[in-house]
Amino acid sequence: MIRFTKKSKNIIPGFGLSLGITLTILSFIVIIPLISLVIFTAKMSLSDFIHVVTRPRVLASLKVSVSTAFVASVINAIFGVLLAWILVRYDFPWKRLLDGLIELPFALPTAVAGIAITHLTVTNGWVGSIFDKIGIKIAYTKVGITVALIFIGIPFIVRTVQPVLETLDKDYENVASVLGASKIQIFFHVILPEILPSIIAGTTMAFARCLGEYGSVVFIAGNTPYETEITPLLIMSELQEYDYTSATAIALVMLVIAFAILFFNAVIQHRTARIVCAR
Amino acid sequence: MEKQSKVRMTRSEQIVKWILVILGTGFVFTMLVLPLIYVLATAFRQGIGAFVSAVTDRYALKSIELTVYVTVITLIVNVIFGIFASFLLTKYNFIGKRFISTLIDLPLAISPIIAGLIFLLTFGRSSFLYPYLRQFGVKIVFAVPGIVLATIFVTFPFISRELIPVLNSIGKDEEDAAALMGAGFFKIFREITFPHIKWAFLYGVVLSTARALGEFGAVSVLSGHLRGRTNTMPLHIEVTYQAFDFTGAFAMSSILVAMALIILVVRNVLEYRSKKYQS
Repeated sequence: MIRFTKKSKNIIPGFGLSLGITLTILSFIVIIPLISLVIFTAKMSLSDFIHVVTRPRVLASLKVSVSTAFVASVINAIFGVLLAWILVRYDFPWKRLLDGLIELPFALPTAVAGIAITHLTVTNGWVGSIFDKIGIKIAYTKVGITVALIFIGIPFIVRTVQPVLETLDKDYENVASVLGASKIQIFFHVILPEILPSIIAGTTMAFARCLGEYGSVVFIAGNTPYETEITPLLIMSELQEYDYTSATAIALVMLVIAFAILFFNAVIQHRTARIVCAR
Repeated sequence: MEKQSKVRMTRSEQIVKWILVILGTGFVFTMLVLPLIYVLATAFRQGIGAFVSAVTDRYALKSIELTVYVTVITLIVNVIFGIFASFLLTKYNFIGKRFISTLIDLPLAISPIIAGLIFLLTFGRSSFLYPYLRQFGVKIVFAVPGIVLATIFVTFPFISRELIPVLNSIGKDEEDAAALMGAGFFKIFREITFPHIKWAFLYGVVLSTARALGEFGAVSVLSGHLRGRTNTMPLHIEVTYQAFDFTGAFAMSSILVAMALIILVVRNVLEYRSKKYQS
């Protein structure tokens, strides 16, 4: 079937033109750069690679990146579900405005967000001074990195959970309620299982984005090696010293982590799709 | 349904509702609105005069010019690619379709710093292309073409991702019929396909614009930070901020904040329009 599709099924003219333009632009923007990454990697010896990525500074940066991205994603998952819930289930003043603001992190340049959040959270800033009184420093610590990453990740979870919550059938909740379930029981046993796949999808996307984030974090992090240096920043400083081999080796580790996250999400989505179909 | 649930809300449910609404709104206010207010307040703290002189500084104007230039080229390439690629992937059958679609979405999973890195490897000093580029006097890395390539890369999937679901949901019967009656590619596209996708298309353009205006990480790797020559607006913000010229940095940021707010409003209008169009 596949072999004859072009002749037997593609009635609409313009296949060659569309394919040509798509492949040309795709080659210049994605394929050629990726091939050069592969070529450059192939020139690296395995022992060099291992030597670079097991340096204490690299491992420390990975630890900072993964831990802050993880905490930020968990906090975002909680507030993301809460926001999706109030936007779908309740009516309150200024709801449209709140709904429209959720996408701000996509629209606002990350560097702008970065300097604004930094200035707000330094010890004499509007927010930082309040936290300083209870002994918490935000800017130039891991807490600060986490705050910047929370900002970046907000829309991901809200926008994946919201549509699922909108289409949820309320009959199940009504039945549970008639059978005597409390509101909390209904949420955890009826609603949560239905929206869990979308929460996981949103959280993994936010996590992947947070791991690679640079613009908003670079200003607030303070960038002390071993303490508040995230991996993208380390790659950047290797590049500034023209050490392309180290930069590429670290980048490969990050790429592997990013693809592992996406793969994990795909497996979970596939499994839940199967469960839903089997029902 | 909305009304029913409102009538049935008991007193305790009302209390829970308002606690959740206040938590959610408070979260959005501190994380999203406060940084915006801070940027605007700081930009105008030393009066309109200081603001105007900061954004009409020679280097500031140059960076605005460069950002507009980069954004326009990025949009042109992305519009052409987005339309042809989504048409190709939804209207024709051919081998390798899934592979192309995966390659198009790849930039979403890659950290901006790594995006910059792969272009550095492709066109920089360590590349096998470098001697040829030098021979012909083409400068890509640490020059404007590199910035353009990086910006196209990070915004690459935005338009096609909006168009593909819409094109898939309307099918291709109308185009098949038109083709059988002898219509050519451009006629089919202009008169049949485009009217269906125009809101999704504009939405994709808006998303690309937002990201192109604000891209920081990838551009930062490839720009070389030459003041007045390869500094875009976000990079100009970084430079002025690191020189402790906070009025300058926040003045420039406030322009990008205004852009972000316009983009959010346009986005919401487009979403409303497309919902009305679908129903």
